[in-house]
Amino acid sequence: MSEEAGPSDVDIEVRILMEAIFLKYSYDFRDYTGASQKRRVLHAMTEMGCSTVSQLQSRVLHEPAAFSQLLQYLTIPVTEMFRDPSYFVSLREHVLPVLSTYPSLKIWVAGCSTGEEVFSLAILLKEEGLLERSIIYATDINPQSLEKAKKGVFPLENMRTYTANYQAAGGQHAFSDYYTAAYSAALFDRSLVENVTFADHSLATDSVFAETQFISCRNVMIYFKKKLQERALGLFHDSLCHRGFLGLGSKESIDFSSYGPRFEVLAKRDRVFRKR
Amino acid sequence: MMHTPPSIELALQGRTTGAVVIGASAGGVNALMSILPALPRGFPIPVIVVLHVMSNRPNQLVEVFQQRMAIPVREAGDKEEVIPGTLYFAPAGYHLLLEHDRSFSLSCDAPLHYARPAIDITMETAADAYGAALAGVLLTGANEDGAAGLAAIGRAGGLTVVQEPRQAQVDVMPLHAIRARQPDLVLPLEEIRRLLLMLENR
Repeated sequence: MSEEAGPSDVDIEVRILMEAIFLKYSYDFRDYTGASQKRRVLHAMTEMGCSTVSQLQSRVLHEPAAFSQLLQYLTIPVTEMFRDPSYFVSLREHVLPVLSTYPSLKIWVAGCSTGEEVFSLAILLKEEGLLERSIIYATDINPQSLEKAKKGVFPLENMRTYTANYQAAGGQHAFSDYYTAAYSAALFDRSLVENVTFADHSLATDSVFAETQFISCRNVMIYFKKKLQERALGLFHDSLCHRGFLGLGSKESIDFSSYGPRFEVLAKRDRVFRKR
Repeated sequence: MMHTPPSIELALQGRTTGAVVIGASAGGVNALMSILPALPRGFPIPVIVVLHVMSNRPNQLVEVFQQRMAIPVREAGDKEEVIPGTLYFAPAGYHLLLEHDRSFSLSCDAPLHYARPAIDITMETAADAYGAALAGVLLTGANEDGAAGLAAIGRAGGLTVVQEPRQAQVDVMPLHAIRARQPDLVLPLEEIRRLLLMLENR
């Protein structure tokens, strides 16, 4: 017989904190996975000089500035350009040839964080000659991340990794063609994001805003409980046009979702799907 | 009275184990190879291994170990239920976390101690999920990852085991763990293997 550990005081406090955030600020973190959320809250608690989660909750409730600070910890943006290069190879092989038959394209990068994925996709579209007829919606719940994404400035020290990723992703040029190095930063070519609309959108509370041909949402749903994953997949399914494409993170699955049967698998390992 | 080190039998008295988490880094594959293939078919407990591996490239851990193991070997998947008698490896490039309902979840949060998967994160969340019904084992490695995680297991009442540093291929990880919090047992690999076989999940 094995007995589960019941909720600890901290577990209870975290849950109440999420209720408070939802009621006060309409950000819904209540269906995020528990273990990583707890880690993030405890990290924020320490960094923000609070001794208990309840104390943190009190501050967040009474000081909106404390909430936007906490939001940075709750949505820690960790991403890289051309992460999992084979994903982009799959897009080149399976997705872009079909997309190129459309006169105009709408693409949704859901949970775009600080923009690395958006710039990666824009480069890919440019090299396949599709960027000029594409509109990309890049959405996230963190306004500070969106601001960073718009700037397209990434640490220069990351360029070595990104260059290797880009090459492995089938890049056709010198990666440095796309940015200008200045001090410790790489400023990416503005023309890449001319047709990108950066917008605040929550997969937990908002609805579909456009019909799209391709949605890329990688390593966002791993932070969601099944119920919220289901909601997000529902939005994607509704947003995608007939035979539209969906790309997920390398460890994300739709197998256990009710939407599983409504997509066909194009590239299993790279998590590229197509709406039936 | 003579001081004798606590025996495995004594440390296991009255214990029920719902899961084992094993952490290892440099030298870890060899160490794991000398303890895990002993697990028999029908072993009643899930074994969750976090081994530091190169991220961004697929590894062959599951295939390599499955060839030598009588129990099923799998990569731990997001939102999957933890199944007893299964050996799980944390996927490369992700942290592996245990949830209260005893399922796995993955995260892409920043590396910890330069590692993703990080042993600390799996051990700390597993301690949260399993409480005293958890056994944590830390093996060879050149990194301080795992010390805080094993201490968390100990504080939650779980069993903590560290590989005898003199026997470890790299002793940094075992020594850090011993310094952070005295483990229940410090054992060579042969004894760790014997211990695993004695764990029960009643």
